[in-house]
Formats: sequence, structure tokens, C-alpha cells
Amino acid sequence: MADPSVIGLGKPYNRRSRLRQIFSSQKTAPYVFVLPFILSFLVFFLYPIISTVIMSFQRIDGPEDVTFIGFQNYKNLLNPHFLNAVWLTTRYTFWTILVLVPLPLVLAIFLNKKTTIGKNFFRSAFFMPALTSVIVAGLFFRLAFGEQQTTLVNSMLGVFGIKPTIWLQDADASMFVMVLLCTWRWMGVNIIYFLSGLQGIPEELYEAAAIDGASEFEQFLHITLPSLKPVIMYVVTISVYGGYSMFAESFALWNGPRSPGEIGMTIVNYIYQEGFNNNNLGFGSAIGIALFAIVMAVNLLQLFSSGFFKKEGT
Amino acid sequence: MKSKAGSKAASLLIFLVLTVFAIFCLAPFFFLLISSLRPGAEMIRNGISFHVDFTALNLNNYWLLLEGKDGIYPLWYINSAIITVLHTLLSLLVTSMVGYGLAMYEFKGKNLIFTIVLVVMMIPVEILILPLYKLAIGIEMINTFMGVIMPFVVAPMSIFFFRQYAESLPKELLDAGRIDGCGEFRIFFQIMMPLMLPAFGAMGILQAMFSWNGFVWPLIVLRSNDMLTLPIGLQSLITPYGNNYDMLFPGAVMSVIPIILLFIINQKAFISGLTVGGVKG
Repeated sequence: MADPSVIGLGKPYNRRSRLRQIFSSQKTAPYVFVLPFILSFLVFFLYPIISTVIMSFQRIDGPEDVTFIGFQNYKNLLNPHFLNAVWLTTRYTFWTILVLVPLPLVLAIFLNKKTTIGKNFFRSAFFMPALTSVIVAGLFFRLAFGEQQTTLVNSMLGVFGIKPTIWLQDADASMFVMVLLCTWRWMGVNIIYFLSGLQGIPEELYEAAAIDGASEFEQFLHITLPSLKPVIMYVVTISVYGGYSMFAESFALWNGPRSPGEIGMTIVNYIYQEGFNNNNLGFGSAIGIALFAIVMAVNLLQLFSSGFFKKEGT
Repeated sequence: MKSKAGSKAASLLIFLVLTVFAIFCLAPFFFLLISSLRPGAEMIRNGISFHVDFTALNLNNYWLLLEGKDGIYPLWYINSAIITVLHTLLSLLVTSMVGYGLAMYEFKGKNLIFTIVLVVMMIPVEILILPLYKLAIGIEMINTFMGVIMPFVVAPMSIFFFRQYAESLPKELLDAGRIDGCGEFRIFFQIMMPLMLPAFGAMGILQAMFSWNGFVWPLIVLRSNDMLTLPIGLQSLITPYGNNYDMLFPGAVMSVIPIILLFIINQKAFISGLTVGGVKG
């Protein structure tokens, strides 16, 4: 960036101070303030986006060996690996939303009650997992759900007479582990979102409802839920985003993009595998664009169905 | 009377439910700690389990970690620390400026820039890993700390937060500063920055946490063993030929400790950092 003292080196003093004046005048200052964002956006966002769109129409065999192949990469997307990845990621996203919206909501309501004891302790305890890196979390889940009879989970199940399961080799069992890992890490964060939403609801609403004889469940249905709608929508939106772009969890559980029978191959795993292991940057880019389209479509669908766009008209 | 007993029972039930989930959240930490004290050979036999030989627990693994094998682990720790500190400081400086600029001034293109900030927030960075990788090769940032840091210094979420915070600052201070003859940047650095300290606290802690735990991008950029960050280094200890449990578990525990200490000291900042994006009416 233009450092006045460097520019003015050896020049008469008044020239330097004039430069400084222009640089920090009321008119130019705001542009200098936002300049880092503009630069970073252009270099690390816009350029990569454009370059990935272009790459998605190319076959890239080497830095100098690039062929334009039209929609071939997109046609190639219709293969069992990609469809499996989309289906797996969709199921994963579905389950994480099904668990990570209602469960934190209920726990937040419990934590918001005046009569609950040890609120601060519980809040910290629930948040603690979010502080760990995905590698540490993956390491624990991988070994707690190990295949030996003596591992944490298998020996717990053994108490109830359930036979040990080879968790990370089986499609349904591994989906369970992935969703549980996600629940463990993100439950506390969602609880905090809901708690801050709950604290914004005026107490008088509940008091008035109680006087009118509404039960606690009716209060939940008619006051809590509608007031929390924006927060719920926000949590669903980031869950769609997070669910579809899941990568590190499965990478940590299977130590790489590959897993037995592709039971953990998410869309981003597929990008990674094609891009870095198979050196297929063009095809990897097409997968990326497809992922982007899916996330956008699901989010728009969700916003439409929840009546988000209707609000604009009123 | 009856309803009083009922609400007491309800409170108890709620307490029990919360306790069960708290155990679910905390148990892994306990088992990681215990595992880090167990001899590696026993870990290979039983994995993480209830079958713990408590007499065999000792700190050997930690000593091994600190001195053993070419001292690579302390190096990863230092790498992580350098990257986290640099990333956090740079990010705070830059995003606070952008957020402040967007909140305090009226200028052409302001709304467009803010819209772009929001759009960037909504696009998964994972779709950018291939083109960013290509770019990083092009500008020779592969296997450098700058390569890990630069693409994510100007974090849009942090800009959003600083903008929200700066909106609440009194604009009169701006005029007062001008009358006293301060330039716009002096006003920012000497008058406004101190007023924004709580925002710096919240974003600093959150950014440090993301950076310390960062995985996807460092995994791609960092290539040589001596440049790895902690999470990538730990990941590299898991190999098809056997896992180095002796180093893995104490390493995992040591990697969690600083961030947990930070959390215990400053819970409020963590929480205000998270809730800003979440609750817009």
C-alpha cells in the first residue's frame, strides 16, 4: 500500500504532506478502508470462481496441456460415484437438520428456564466440543467406534447383549457415526443461537398467555416457535451449507477421501479425490459448480417453503 | 400444592436430561485424557475403552512427545502458534477497517460492497479449493505460512460483525476528531479502535479458534513435514501401517488445552462472536 513516507522520500516536505492529505481526506478514506476487502475479493474469490468455471469446461493434463471439451465434464457427472456422493451428502444433511434443530431448541428452552440449576455449567459443557479440531474429534469417534469387542461403544452395547458392530465398514452404522460426530461438535453452537433468540422474547407475552390460561405447550406453540422463526431459518440454512460441504469429518474418520465401499465419500471428498489424487482439475471443478448449484437450490427451496419471500410483499 | 410438586418433578427431569447430554459432550475429553496416559501397546489392543489398567497410567507419552523423534511435535505446535497469531492479528486489523468503513461513511458503491460481503459469506469455501490451489501454485504460496493465511485473512463474517458494532458508535466523535485536526486514519486508530475493543475481543477469539483448528486449506497448502500445523501433523501420524498412539493422544490433548483455557477465561467473547450473524429479525 502507498506509504506516504516512502513515496515522499527525498522530495520536498510539502509534497509529502499533500499526498498524505489526499490519502486520508474524507472523500478517499472510505475507499482506503474497504480496499483490503476489494483486493481480497478480486484475488481470492472472484478470480478463483471465474477460473473454476473455465476449468470445468476443460480437460487439464498439465499446466500447458489444456483442452476445451465443452460440457463433457458435466456429462461425466452422471456416474455412480458422483450420484452416490450426492445421495450420501443429502442424507447426511437431512439427518443433521433433523437432529440439530429440535434437540438444541429443546435444550435451549430448558437452559432458559428460571428454575433450572447449573445453567452456566451446562452451557459451557455443551459448547466445549465446538472448540476441538475436527481431527481430535474424528480420532475419538474413530477409536470409540472401533471394531474390537473392547472399544467404548461396543462394550457398552455388550451390556445390553448387543453384538459388536464393525461401525466404520457399514453404510448405515457409519452414517450414524458421522451424524453423531456432527451432533457432538455443533449442538452447543446451535444451543447458543437459540438461547440468544429466546432471550429476545419479551417476558410479558408469556405472562399474558398464562393469565389467559394457555398451557406451557400452547405457549411454546404460539409464542416461542413463531418468535424463533428467524433463528430457526438461520440454523437450517447454515446446516444445509455445512451438511453439503462436509469433508473434514469423513476425511478424519477414514483418514482420506476414500472409504470402504465409498460409505463416507461426500461431494467435497469427491472433489478432493479427483483434484488431488487423480489430478483431474477440470472434472473436480465441475463437481464444485454442481455442489454450488445444489446448495443454492436447496436453500432457495427452503426459503420459499417457509414463506420467506412472501414477507417482502406485505 | 399439587402443581408445585409437579413443577418440582419437571425441574428434576429437566436437570437429568441436561446432565445426560452434558456427559455426552464431556465424556470424549475424559477418555482422550485417559488414553493419552496409557501405553501405546495397550491402546492398540483395546482402543478407547472402559478396560483401563489404571496402574499403567503415566506421563511417558508426554515426555516422548516433547523430546523424542527429531522434535517434530514441538515444531508443529510452534507452526500452529505462528500461523494463528499472524492470521488473527492481520485479520483483525483488516476486517475492522472494512467494517468500520462500511458503517461510518457514505460513499459510492458502499451498498454493492456490503452485498458482496453477504454473498461471499453464503458460498461454501470448499468449492474454491481447486482454483485456490491452482492460484497458490501460480503465486508460489504452496508450503508457506502466507499461503495458509492470505486467502482467508479478510473474513466476511468478521467484517459483518465489525460493521454491526461500528454502527452503534457515535458519529459525533468523527466530527469532533476532524475539528481537532485529526486525519481519518488517526480518528480510526486513536479514537474509534479503543471504543471497539469488545468487538476485537470477540472476533479475535473466534478467529484464533478457526485458525488454530483449521484443517481443509492447510492440508492442501502445506507439503513438507516441518511446515505442518498441529491438526495436519496429527493427521499424518495416522498411517495405513499403524497409528502412532504414543504421540497421537497426548498431541490431541495438548492441542485442545490452549483453546479450552481461552474459552474458560473469556466465554462471553466466544458467545457474542457467534450470535451476531444468527439473530437478525
